[in-house]
Amino acid sequence: VENVRLLDRLSSRKSALGTLYLTATHVIFVENGSETRKETWVLHSQISSIEKQATTATGCPLLIRCKNFQVIQLVIPQERDCHDIYISLIRLARPVKYEELYCFSFNPKLDKEEREQGWKLVDLNEEYNRMGIPNNYWQISDVNRDYGVCDSYPTEVYIPKSATAHIIVGSSKFRSRRRFPALSYYCKDNNASICRSSQPLSGFSARCLEDEQMLQAIRKANPGSDFIYVVDTRPKLNAMANRAAGKGYENEDNYSNIKFQFIGIENIHVMRNSLQKMLEVCELKSPSMSDFLWGLENSGWLKHIKAIMDAGIFIAKAVAEEGVSVLVHCSDGWDRTAQVCSVASLLLDPYYRTMKGFMVLIEKDWVSFGHKFNHRYGNLDGDPKEISPVIDQFIECVWQLMEQFPCAFEFNERFLIHIQHHIYSCQFGNFLCNSQKERRELKIQERTYSLWAHLWKNRTDYLNPLYRSDHSQTQGTLHPQMAPCNFLYKFWSGMYNRFEKGLHPRQSVTDYLMAVKEETQQLEEELEVLGERLANLQKSQLNDNKFKSKQQDRSKQLGLSTSNNSLANTPQEYSNDLKSFPSRSPSQGDEEDSALILTQDNLKSSDPDLSANSDQESGVEDLSCRSPSGGGCLPSEDSGKDSDEAVFLAV
Amino acid sequence: MLRSSQPLTGPNRKRCREDEMLLGTVLDEGERGFIIDTRSAQAAKQARMMGGGTEPKSSYPRWRRLHRPLERGRPLQESFIKLVEACNDSSINMDRWLSRLESCRWLSHVKAALSTACLAAQCMDREEASVLVHGAEGTDTTLLVTALAQVILDPSCRTLAGFQGLLEREWIEAGHPFHLRCARSAYSHARLKQEAPLFLLFLDCVWQLSRQFPFSLEFGEHLLLTLFDNAYASAYGTFLCNNEKERQVGREVGTALCLCKVKESTHSLWAWLNQPGEKKKYLNPLYSHNTLVIWPSVEPQSIQLWQGLFFRWIRSSQYLDEAWAEIQRLVEGN
Repeated sequence: VENVRLLDRLSSRKSALGTLYLTATHVIFVENGSETRKETWVLHSQISSIEKQATTATGCPLLIRCKNFQVIQLVIPQERDCHDIYISLIRLARPVKYEELYCFSFNPKLDKEEREQGWKLVDLNEEYNRMGIPNNYWQISDVNRDYGVCDSYPTEVYIPKSATAHIIVGSSKFRSRRRFPALSYYCKDNNASICRSSQPLSGFSARCLEDEQMLQAIRKANPGSDFIYVVDTRPKLNAMANRAAGKGYENEDNYSNIKFQFIGIENIHVMRNSLQKMLEVCELKSPSMSDFLWGLENSGWLKHIKAIMDAGIFIAKAVAEEGVSVLVHCSDGWDRTAQVCSVASLLLDPYYRTMKGFMVLIEKDWVSFGHKFNHRYGNLDGDPKEISPVIDQFIECVWQLMEQFPCAFEFNERFLIHIQHHIYSCQFGNFLCNSQKERRELKIQERTYSLWAHLWKNRTDYLNPLYRSDHSQTQGTLHPQMAPCNFLYKFWSGMYNRFEKGLHPRQSVTDYLMAVKEETQQLEEELEVLGERLANLQKSQLNDNKFKSKQQDRSKQLGLSTSNNSLANTPQEYSNDLKSFPSRSPSQGDEEDSALILTQDNLKSSDPDLSANSDQESGVEDLSCRSPSGGGCLPSEDSGKDSDEAVFLAV
Repeated sequence: MLRSSQPLTGPNRKRCREDEMLLGTVLDEGERGFIIDTRSAQAAKQARMMGGGTEPKSSYPRWRRLHRPLERGRPLQESFIKLVEACNDSSINMDRWLSRLESCRWLSHVKAALSTACLAAQCMDREEASVLVHGAEGTDTTLLVTALAQVILDPSCRTLAGFQGLLEREWIEAGHPFHLRCARSAYSHARLKQEAPLFLLFLDCVWQLSRQFPFSLEFGEHLLLTLFDNAYASAYGTFLCNNEKERQVGREVGTALCLCKVKESTHSLWAWLNQPGEKKKYLNPLYSHNTLVIWPSVEPQSIQLWQGLFFRWIRSSQYLDEAWAEIQRLVEGN
């Protein structure tokens, strides 16, 4: 559709005129005329909702809200076209079969072996080995090898040595969805462990010998302690209400040597509403400080984040300081349990704060343990009541920790944002379906690519320049302040206002420091080479001129400069009063500035939003410029459209 | 950019040819100017009854008046006191914290100050028009706006030396009554009438700029905290008294004339800060001279609570300090 307007979210004056394209996988807006031919690509999988607004004099507005918090406001000239687009997008954004998803057509041009290698990058067996298992207390069990015991669990589970298959099966029958207690994290320093399960089917008085034995087995696997904590991450009222439905929680009287603890984290419906309210605050036009703070508080979002964090801290303390094992569950053991176990692991073990370790953590506590990605993030059209930002909250907890401990994580904020983006994008196969069983049935690993391999390939974009593995902050357990610390929780505008360029600092400290680090490294290497050359100078004749010119080229390349014109920014609308005053045409100044902002120097290869040609999403070769110094710039000629992939349906 | 105090128009709409001429000479042929009045239109109108007022359109035809009310005086001090109380209150739950923060209104004041300074800067940079800023006395919100606007517009004000010069010019010499305004701070029970944290508000706004433009200021948070400390209590004479007259000539205390002679009898804070050994503590390792205007975002998401100041004694800054040390190390290593 031609003559479509794309409105700027913050500045209502600015809008771009262009053409809208609908393809099998994307919505694409291409701006007319401008030299850079700025393109905005949106994957159908990312579309959360589409709103047709009242027709105005300028046309029919269409508002597209995305799961990665991008909000696109279009104005379509003809009502008929607007309606057609609306109907099409509704259908495209709600796929019925997995095969409709982008990951099945995405082609990064890797061969079969590379694809396989990509999937092997994260190996959970290796991970449990790293923890020190199998050992005297823990072993791997194949009791679930055909998913016969629990269809949402992986085929390989780790259980205490003293838990026989009989105990496991018996316990699984007493747990919601058959999700019996299994190992999430083992601390080899003191044998304390974090296990996870779902709620017991205890009702008001039911008991199960095998389940009680299972918990005993967990306790016995830690000779350093004579009891275990059982942590129910639900609010007490909700857990009690579950008893009427024949479920509930562990009675301390029936289970010997447990200390029971409620940590009230609200359920998926509360969280879904909380996010909704917070996004409404983000959509306010020019809110006052009051509007914003009240709105944020009313949403309750930060309160929930803190609740998850506090639960993780409690468990980490139990393991690290008290040396006591913990069994964690919620209702079904795949939402709050996953959040809390992964936060605790992150606090306890510095490995999970490395890039690789973080991927392993998600693979372990989310993917393998059957978090319902499809239901929660809407890969396919499903029950809207199942949708909830569960993993988003976990990712935010990590960000909050990164803000408190800037040197402790090997990866940076961009890493987190891209992971969140791809959980919804369905461009890679890692986060499809609801369980390992479903993914194997669909042969995901043979038919799609792994996100981890993709991120790993681009890992230099995701590094935190302040991270040093030998730094005091990166060693051992992290101790976030528990109280008083409400103020430590900040609003994550990098995520929820990700696409609003005007809100963010123009200059990325992370990127600058990474470039500095790279340059220092190169200079040090060069120093070494020079040292050798100097030594060789006595032995053989060197051409002085050749040497000098190399030096000059290098220093030109490596000249770091942040003070160049590409950092010009534009003022936001501070006042409407200036409009009626005779002044220069706004386009004069603004055009210059906005063109400068989109120069090559500022395009990051793997950021789908900054890269105007979203090459990542079309699977074409990267447009990349790693460092502000300009080293390694590979401009590509075409604007990122692969004619094999995109099927243009000019509506 | 000019600053002044309010014109004494009064209830009888007095005129003053000299004042009109003075403002007339500022503008070139055919040029127009803006007057940014830091009081609300209503407050400015009420001021007329007390002998003050605004510049009437008829007498100053080439000047367009904009009102941008900024808080000052008692209400600002209350805002500050409430904020410090809230920060110290360990009993607040997470679900009440933000509304408590909001009720202090401090962040709203930061937003308003930045917006107004940006407006002044925009008039000059984008509209290429002259700007006159005044409130009532011209010693509080006026200086806040003019000083902040210069940090936004002028890269030389963002250097350590330039910033010191700015403070000297726009706050100290311009006659911000430090002695009255920075008397007891937030914990004192004595609610002095003349006390108000305008200077702190200015420092907070500068901190917001440093957060949004991490490469553009030659100095870091440490300098801002040091300035805050010294405005209230100092071993140096820089922030003493209320104006240049008091500093040179002295002031009447009771019946005795107190000869301050600040320059002869005290040391300058700047002299100390600029010593090579001291200076490097205040420098921003990320600084890179940026000749451009820095336009901050004044959206609520972009304005944050200055933790380094308000939680200075409440939470450890260890991890953040380590991060800065690491940044320093990386930059120096290069």
